[in-house]
Amino acid sequence: MRVEAIFLLVISVFCGTVAVCYWMFSGEQSGTVMLAGGCLLGLLPGGYYLWWSRRMDRRAEDDPEATLEDGAGVIGAFPSSSVWPFVLGVGFALIALAFVFGVWTAAVGLSVVFSAVIGVILESRRGGVV
Amino acid sequence: MTAIAEQPLTGGIPPHARAEHAHGPTGLMKWITSTDHKVIGKSYLITSFVFFCMAGIMAMLMRTQLAAPDNTVVSQHAYNELFTMHGSLMLYLFAGPFAFGGLANYIVPLQIGAPDMAFPRLNALSYWLYLGGGLTMVSGFLVVGGAADFGWVAYAPLSDAVNSPGAGADMWIMALVLTGFSAIFTGVNIVTTVFYLRAPGMTMFRVPIFTWNMVVTAILILIAFPVLTSALVMLWCDRHLGTHIFEVSGGGVPVLWQNLFWFFGHPEVYILALPFFGIVTEVIPVFSKKPVFGYRTMIFATIAIGALSTSVWAHHMFTTGTVLLPFFSLMTYLIAVPTGIKFFNWIGTMWQGRIEFTTAMLFSIGFLVVFLFGGVTGIILASPPLDFATHDTYFVVAHFHEVLFGSAVFGGFSGIYYWYPKITGRMMHEGLGKTSFWLMFVGFWVTFMPQYLLGLHGMPRRIAEYPSVNGWTGLNQISTAGAYMLFLSVFVMVVNFAISWLHPVPASANPWDAHTLEWATTSPPPHHNFERLPPVRSERPVWDLNHPEHRTLTAHGATPRPEPALVGQGAVGHGAVGQGAATFDPEDRDR
Repeated sequence: MRVEAIFLLVISVFCGTVAVCYWMFSGEQSGTVMLAGGCLLGLLPGGYYLWWSRRMDRRAEDDPEATLEDGAGVIGAFPSSSVWPFVLGVGFALIALAFVFGVWTAAVGLSVVFSAVIGVILESRRGGVV
Repeated sequence: MTAIAEQPLTGGIPPHARAEHAHGPTGLMKWITSTDHKVIGKSYLITSFVFFCMAGIMAMLMRTQLAAPDNTVVSQHAYNELFTMHGSLMLYLFAGPFAFGGLANYIVPLQIGAPDMAFPRLNALSYWLYLGGGLTMVSGFLVVGGAADFGWVAYAPLSDAVNSPGAGADMWIMALVLTGFSAIFTGVNIVTTVFYLRAPGMTMFRVPIFTWNMVVTAILILIAFPVLTSALVMLWCDRHLGTHIFEVSGGGVPVLWQNLFWFFGHPEVYILALPFFGIVTEVIPVFSKKPVFGYRTMIFATIAIGALSTSVWAHHMFTTGTVLLPFFSLMTYLIAVPTGIKFFNWIGTMWQGRIEFTTAMLFSIGFLVVFLFGGVTGIILASPPLDFATHDTYFVVAHFHEVLFGSAVFGGFSGIYYWYPKITGRMMHEGLGKTSFWLMFVGFWVTFMPQYLLGLHGMPRRIAEYPSVNGWTGLNQISTAGAYMLFLSVFVMVVNFAISWLHPVPASANPWDAHTLEWATTSPPPHHNFERLPPVRSERPVWDLNHPEHRTLTAHGATPRPEPALVGQGAVGHGAVGQGAATFDPEDRDR
């Protein structure tokens, strides 16, 4: 996890440094705010990873000498085919069109999105353990 | 639900996963319901290629219009729609999604030895948002008033409700919101996949450069796309809710749009370029029969490019008179340094290699030449005095086409020819591929070199007609002829697809004698990707497995990593490759 953490923190430090320099030289607000946002974007996950990397055992994927047996066991849950992402996508597209053509597409879109959300949740409950 | 529980990777795919795969939906339902990263990746590739062809046809219409002075092939209004939609389709719906949605989706889990992306259903949702956004954008042509016509940058106040009324502009805005969310979700997915689903022994500094570039791209997407999405929401509010964020009349600041847009827009340029750098970095070592030269330097250069790209946005705005010229000029010059390192390493990889001029390799070398030229004119444009002289002329058009066409089309086609056997299990026809390459390479220069000259002669961009008295006609006609060559080249490529579809030539698991893990599995890979994995002891696990006598030299810890292939001398690896620390003999290359 250390490399991942440092990678994110480098981006954070870079954006932070540039934000400070940019603010000092230009006094322009929007760019400074966006650079500060970039700084936080690296800082939050990067700091979290660094915090964890000191408290966890080294993972097999971080060990240059690891064998495949070290990685045996649960990898994760990988859902099989599901129609709900498609339904959700159609619903979101309809909601987006409401901002062009008026509220009526949002009514359809929201009902589609709600049914998809219910479908996804029920599917997850039905689904296998992992 | 498929569960991979208590199954070591070496044990192969669990039987119930196989059964589920065998009984999964087929035909159209497979494409609609699949959460397999390979199916979603193929959907992305096909969809984005269709958008590429549509945008290419728009470009042909524009070049035909410009082939003669005062031409009337299309109207002024139609021309505005064409260049807007050409740019939007190429940038938002082809170049990004093709590499970042398509190839990354397909290749990244394979390269790191993962069974799928970390969030398969989110991945599917990303694709459907992208398709919904794409269709929304294109169907702008069908509504009253036509599609958006304010350029792909949508500068305020041109994009406000007074200057650009109509549903087409709103559809363009909403399409970008949808594709923006699609890109953000894919970005999260790829970062999580690479950070958490790597094979044992695949440390971050053994991850292939293609995957590394995708991680940096994903971070850039997470920095840039939320800014675009919020700017679009503000623009929509200005158009419909009566806010005055970008309007002077209510105390707003029009140039704020440019700041927000380019804070997205410049990272976006690298979001489009970095994945293709990654493709080229996979192709060149394989066809030079060498490990990539300066593996870590390549990664650091990629990170440097990504970081610097967040602080150069206002070099698109030099002529607004509201930006800090020295700061942005300096930062823009700095970005040339890591790019130069990459070029040095690409050439270093080919140096003394046993180069095979396959179609994929030709396109990669074409990319190097073309992108270098586009990069050099980028240095010119980074200088404020020169930018003042050439801003908004065809010089800029030629520059960004060289950069983006160079990466997205030369790099992208290189990736298609390289991974097509893995994705489909069929080989492409090499002869047709090379025909396509040479048509494209020649057509490219014929199209864009005259545009530099036109820019220097003062021809502005985004004009539908020009008078015959300025002497621009001849150069425009040459450029149009070149554009038709490019069209022909893509047509040859499509013919090549058709031939491989009708008369399949089966591909083996590893037809190129390639290096990375995706070539360890069958072509195309099975459900959940791997029956078995080779041990990962360097960034070239498959090469190490197939050529135990020429293993990649790695040295972990304090010992510096030897780069024997460039200097052509023997060097000894340490420890990490076990008892078989290989000595590199330059004469081995000739056997």
